[in-house]
Amino acid sequence: MQTEIKFAGFGGQGILLSAKLLAYAAMKQGFFVAWVPSYGPEMRGGTAYCTVVIGDKRIGSPIIKNPSHLVAMNRPSLEKFANDVKPGGVILINSSLIPTRSGREDIIELIVPANDSAIAVGSVKAANIIALSAFAAKTKIVDLELLKDCVKAEFAAKAKIIPLNMKAFDEGVNIANKS
Amino acid sequence: MAKVLMKGNEAIGEAAIRAGCKNYFAYPITPQSEVAEYLAKRLPEVGGVFLQGESEVAVGYMIFGAAGAGERVMTTSSSPGISLMSEAISYIAGAQVPAVFVNIMRGGPGLGGILPSQGDYFQATKGGGHGDYHLLVLAPDGVQEAVEMTMNAFTLAEKYRGPVMIMGDGLIGQMMEPVEFPDTLKTEPSNKDDWATSGMDHRKSDKRNLVKSLFLDPTELNNNNLALKAKYDQMKREEVLYEGYNTDTDYTVLIVSYGTMSRVCKTAIDMMKEQGIEVGLLRPKTLFPFPEKPVFDAATKESCKHVISIEMSMGQMVEDVERSVKGRREVDFYGECGGDIPTPEKIIQVIKALL
Amino acid sequence: MGKAFSKPVSLSDTMTHYCPGCTHGIVHRLVAEAIDDLGIQGKTVGIAPVGCAVLAYNYFNCDFQEAAHGRAPAMATGIKRVRPDLIVFTYQGDGDLASIGMGEIIHAANRGEKFTTIFINNAIYGMTGGQMAPTTMPGQRATTAPTGRDTELTGMPIRMANLLKELVTPGYVTRQAVLNPKQINRTKKAIKKAFEYQVEGKCFSFVEVISTCPTNWGLTPLDALTWAQDTLLPYYELGDYKIPE
Repeated sequence: MQTEIKFAGFGGQGILLSAKLLAYAAMKQGFFVAWVPSYGPEMRGGTAYCTVVIGDKRIGSPIIKNPSHLVAMNRPSLEKFANDVKPGGVILINSSLIPTRSGREDIIELIVPANDSAIAVGSVKAANIIALSAFAAKTKIVDLELLKDCVKAEFAAKAKIIPLNMKAFDEGVNIANKS
Repeated sequence: MAKVLMKGNEAIGEAAIRAGCKNYFAYPITPQSEVAEYLAKRLPEVGGVFLQGESEVAVGYMIFGAAGAGERVMTTSSSPGISLMSEAISYIAGAQVPAVFVNIMRGGPGLGGILPSQGDYFQATKGGGHGDYHLLVLAPDGVQEAVEMTMNAFTLAEKYRGPVMIMGDGLIGQMMEPVEFPDTLKTEPSNKDDWATSGMDHRKSDKRNLVKSLFLDPTELNNNNLALKAKYDQMKREEVLYEGYNTDTDYTVLIVSYGTMSRVCKTAIDMMKEQGIEVGLLRPKTLFPFPEKPVFDAATKESCKHVISIEMSMGQMVEDVERSVKGRREVDFYGECGGDIPTPEKIIQVIKALL
Repeated sequence: MGKAFSKPVSLSDTMTHYCPGCTHGIVHRLVAEAIDDLGIQGKTVGIAPVGCAVLAYNYFNCDFQEAAHGRAPAMATGIKRVRPDLIVFTYQGDGDLASIGMGEIIHAANRGEKFTTIFINNAIYGMTGGQMAPTTMPGQRATTAPTGRDTELTGMPIRMANLLKELVTPGYVTRQAVLNPKQINRTKKAIKKAFEYQVEGKCFSFVEVISTCPTNWGLTPLDALTWAQDTLLPYYELGDYKIPE
C-alpha cells in the first residue's frame, strides 16, 4: 500500500516544511517514506512543490505522476496539479488565496482558509501548519498526536513560536472536523 | 542508532564525518551545495577542516595535497565541477593517494541543466582526465545506500590508495529518506607512513616520502601504470557489487539499470508482474568495476530473450552491457536525459514494445 | 679550525639538471639553509611546480609533493589546512605562478594561507624552451614572440609582488634578486624571514626572486647577470612590499 501527497504553493509558503513534517511523522509511525522536492532557480516567490511518498514497503520510484492527494496553497498549484490526483483522493484548497475549485467530481475537496485562519491565531506564517493538520485530520494518514509532536520538535530551537504553531495545528484539525 | 529523515546531500556529509573524514574542500554547485552547507556547520563542531576553494580546479589540488599528507579527505561536486576536477583526479590516480569524490550528477553537456541525470557514466568509468587510470565508482540508489557507500568509499580509497567516486544524481542529493548510520569506521589508514608526506619527524623516520605522478624514465612510468593496472584487476576480482531484482523468475526481459533509474524500473517490474509479465533487473552498484559476469549470466538465462539498458542518459552504460553480454543477446537501450526522470508507465510501454 | 663550508642537510647530494649559469641552484641552497637554520627539515613539505624546477624534489632532502602546472598553492593549502603543524613551501616559476596559476596564488595569498612561496622570476619559460612568460619584458625576444614582446598585443609584464601587496589580508611580500653576492645575502635573509613567519603561524609569505636564464635568453651566464641587472631590476624593483603588523 502506497500513498503519495503533493504539496504545492509559492516559494516561501512553507510547502517543503509541511511535507517534511508529514514525512517525519510517517517515518516515526514505522512507514517507509521519501520526500522529493522540486528544485530549481526560484528561491522566493516561484512555484514550489514537493511530494511525500508513504508506503509499507521500500519506496520504488520516488517520481510520482499521479499523487493520491494534493495540498494546494495557491491558485497556480491547483490549476496545474488538480487533474493529476487519483480518483478518490483529497484536494486541499487554501481558500484564502484560491477563489476557484478543482472542477472534479471524483475527488474530495477540503476547503481550508489557511491564511485567514493563521492570521486569526496570530501569524500568517502558520498557514502551512493549518493546512498540514487539516489535511492529516481529514485523511488520517498519520497519527495526529505524533504529527503534532513532530511540529513541536521542529520548532524546538524557536520555543517562542511553539504556542502559535500548536494553536494553528488545533485550528487546522477543527476546520477539517467541521468540514 | 534511530532512523533520521535526511536529504541525500546532508546524509553524505554526515557519513563522511562518521567515516573519520574530518577534511572537506569544495566549491558550490547545484544540486549538491547542501553538502558544503551542512559540513560548514558540522565540521567545526568535530574539530575538522572546512574550506570553500576558489574553483573546482583548485579544490582538486587541495584534495590532492591533503590526501598526499595522509589525511582522510573528501569533496563533492556536480557534473561541470567534476570536469574541472578531472585534472587533479588524474594526478591523484597517478600519484596513488586515497581520496573520495562525490558526483551528484546533473544534465549536460556544457552548462546543461540542474535536474537529475546519469550523463557522466563515461566520464566516471572511462577516464574523465588524461592517462591510463580508473576510478572505483559506486552508484547508490537512495539516501541509505549513499550513506553506506560514502563510508565504505574511504576504506576502499585507502585499500587501493586511489580515488573513489560516489555517483549519485540530483534526486538522490535532494531527496529526503530515512537513514540509519552504521557504526563508525576505524579512523586511521593503516600504511600511510610508507608514502604520505606527513613530515619525517611525524613518522620518526629519516627517509623522506615523495608524492608525485611524474616518471620521465619510460620503464618507471610503465611500472607505475602496471601497478595501477594490478589494482584495477584486483578491484574486478574483489569489489564488484550488484543487486538482482525479480531475477529468480523466468523473466523474458532483463533490464540493466542503476541509481535512481533502477528504482523506477523496480516499480515498473512490480506493475508488470501484476499483469503477468516477468521482467528481471540487474542493478550494478559498482560501475567500475562493472559486474560483467553477473550481467552475462542474467542475460543468458534461458527464459531471457531481451536485454535492455535503461539510463538517464543517451546511452552510455549500454556499451558495458553489450560488452558483458558478448553478443549472446541483442541489447536494447532506452533513456531520457533532459532532467525528467522516465516514469514507471513509460518503462512499461518500452518493455511491452520489445515483446 | 672549524668547517667553513658544507652542503646544507636539507639539500640532497645530487647533480642537478639545471643549465650552467642558472640561478635555481643558488635559490635551492638558500631555501635549504633556511630550513636547516630553523631546524624544521623533519616537518617540512615542499611542493614542486611544473617548469624547470619540476624535479626540485630530487634536490631537497625533505618530504615533497609534485603539483600540476600552477596548482602548487592549492596543494599547499590542502596540506597546511589538514596539518597546520607542517611547514609547507611552494617553489614556482613565472609561467607556473603568474600565468596558469594566477588564480591559485591570489586566492591562497588572500586567504592568508600560512605557507611560503618562493617565486622564481626569470622573465621566460625555461623548461618548454624559451616561450614568452607573463613577466617577459617589452621587446624581449621569446620563441613565441620572435620579434620581441609586443605590449600592444600582450600587455605589460606582471609584477607579482606589487599585485599581491594590494591584497588587504596581511602577509609578507618581498622581491629580491640573486645577481650578485650582496643580493644573494639579502635574499637569504628574506627567505629565512618568510619561513620564520610561517613557523610563528603569522601569515602567508612570498619571496619573488629575480633570476636568470642564460640558455633561453641566448646569453653567457655573466652577460645574463648584467642584462638582468640593467633590464629587469628597473622594472622589477627590489625590496619589501608588505610586512605583517
